[in-house]
Amino acid sequence: MITVSNLSKTYNAGPVLNIDNLDIPKGQSFGLVGNNGAGKTTFFSLLLDLIQPTTGFIKSKDIQVNESEDWKPFTSAYIDETFLIGYLTPEEYFYFIGELRGQNKADVDALLNQFEDFFHGEILNQKKYLRDLSKGNQKKVGIIAALIGNPEVIILDEPFANLDPTTQIRLKQIIKNLAGQQGVTVLVSSHDLMHVTEVSDRIVVLEKGEIIKDLATSAATLKELEAHFAGE
Amino acid sequence: MVFGALWMIASFLLLGFGVYFIIEEQFKMEPFQVVNQALIYYMGIDLVFRYFLQKMPVMNIKPLMYLPIKRKAIVNFAIGKTMISFFNILHAFFFIPFSIVLIMEGFPVLQVLAWSFAILGWIYCNNFINIFVNNKDVVFYAVIGSIVAMIGLQYYGIFDITQFTYPIFNSFYAIPYLAFIPVVLAVVFYRMAFTFFKNNLYLDAGLSIKHDIAETQDYTWLNRFGSMSTFLKNDIKLLRRNKRSKTTLLISVLFIFYGLLFFTGSVEAYEGPFWRVFAGIFISGGFLFTFGQFVPSWDSAYYPLMMSQNIRYKEYIASKWYLMVIATIVSTVISVFYLYWGWQAYAAVVVGAIYNIGVNSHLVLWGGAYIKTPIDLTTSKKAFGDKQAFNAKTLLLTIPKLLLPMAIYAVGHFTLGEAFGFALVAIAGLAGFLFKNKVFNIIEKVYKSEKYKTLAAYKQNN
Repeated sequence: MITVSNLSKTYNAGPVLNIDNLDIPKGQSFGLVGNNGAGKTTFFSLLLDLIQPTTGFIKSKDIQVNESEDWKPFTSAYIDETFLIGYLTPEEYFYFIGELRGQNKADVDALLNQFEDFFHGEILNQKKYLRDLSKGNQKKVGIIAALIGNPEVIILDEPFANLDPTTQIRLKQIIKNLAGQQGVTVLVSSHDLMHVTEVSDRIVVLEKGEIIKDLATSAATLKELEAHFAGE
Repeated sequence: MVFGALWMIASFLLLGFGVYFIIEEQFKMEPFQVVNQALIYYMGIDLVFRYFLQKMPVMNIKPLMYLPIKRKAIVNFAIGKTMISFFNILHAFFFIPFSIVLIMEGFPVLQVLAWSFAILGWIYCNNFINIFVNNKDVVFYAVIGSIVAMIGLQYYGIFDITQFTYPIFNSFYAIPYLAFIPVVLAVVFYRMAFTFFKNNLYLDAGLSIKHDIAETQDYTWLNRFGSMSTFLKNDIKLLRRNKRSKTTLLISVLFIFYGLLFFTGSVEAYEGPFWRVFAGIFISGGFLFTFGQFVPSWDSAYYPLMMSQNIRYKEYIASKWYLMVIATIVSTVISVFYLYWGWQAYAAVVVGAIYNIGVNSHLVLWGGAYIKTPIDLTTSKKAFGDKQAFNAKTLLLTIPKLLLPMAIYAVGHFTLGEAFGFALVAIAGLAGFLFKNKVFNIIEKVYKSEKYKTLAAYKQNN
């Protein structure tokens, strides 16, 4: 589904990402971990063509993302608050994204219905604009909006951060479901090793822009990751 | 902003030295009396400007609250910071030179000093009053309303408030020790601001951010615009729900009245016939210019979202274009009162509107595509005179925007008469329509080629 070749990104201060080769098959639930500055967000930004690669390229379904825009209809993402429109209510925002992705109001409503327990009564009909919601609630809106329009690739940057425990558990269910049953390729980055090992089929560890571990998740993965990050 | 500040200082300084002689020689009036009469308006307008532009200290207080600093000290620090603000110091550049001139003209030193001291007191009263009224729109509009009403009443000779305020301001000069009154008043206001502040120094009181009550709106009537309606709905919400865009709307309403300077003959420099077209373009195009020059910066806060979605650029641009067209038509309809100054006045507005829609709307959007300064929608403080409005490309674009239609009109006016001049401008405007698709294509290309730079620029400031 996603192929990375000789990808690198260098700023004036030096290289921030350097991935020779990476293949993510369709339907895989892919977890990206690493300390701050490891290059996780840079990688996702390259995947969304928000920044230009210094060398190499990424292909999504054989479409080179920095040459054609044809990957957009089947890709969706929630990276940070710059993916939200602050002066809209959550409903208006969902419908707006829906219209961009060719979904009518009824389609969007049907999707939102499935996630009523995820919203926990704090999102819909609250008479609040997105800019006035708490960080956690903003994140809920962004994550669910990324599911609108049957995307084949979903990219979520730090989705577990700022969420309350109940929502974290529900989000794990949602991610497992997407990859396991609907064949969606889900890319998730996280600082929470436990969550990310639980939802991912495969975990890649980035350090200073390089892939230093590429693990198929097993019972031993969490221990291995913890040992790695503890510096042992 | 620095530019604006220096300009203000320079003009205050010049005025401070010059106003005495201007009033004496040009108007043959007693300068000190005139200044004392005008002071009431001066203070009122000062309050309005502070309300609009002076930043309140509350914004930076939060980080101090967690540190081991006494609450009293925090409040004193915050209020003290407003005291050395530009908005207080600026007045010194007028009143100090003015007082020097007064003394040189033979006014008694002690009395002039007392008078200046009193003015200082009033200015600080304004400073502290602004702290209470900050973000209370009702008070603000009441102040503006009464200033306008007073000017109107005075203009038509019904009621002259300065007759009542003049003796007050003059008394500080006549009886110097009265000058302590405004100073004492300022101290009282300081105490009040202090208590007000201290009582509100809690995260859930004065420091809480006020939340608007949001209403989900569908604007289903816009669906007739087809797939473009997606963006149109958003743009209308953008305009209605953000401080910055509301200020832009207000400014564009003011532009409608800009023509009064031309057609009433109140400014001599504007008497030449082609200035009509200049006026007509601004009257109908206020919104077009103030909004259009910042497309796509209006969407800067969520530009990464737009760029990772399947945006149809044509529709995105077309939506902004329609907004500008609608606003131009509305302004033109409102401006019908210009007929009072003859058909030529309104004809100038109408052909100005046609030229705006046909030519300027495209040019403004084109110029905006190169501007990469993000807009903070939540504050109106920067709506006036952003430095981004002045760069070489935008300046260059004012030639076809303003000078060309004036020249076209002049050609017609001086050959076959004014009707022909108007007709030529209208034809030029209609001709502009032919290039609509072409220009939209160019803008789309600019958006695409500048995409990464734009994203990076928006990110840095967000």
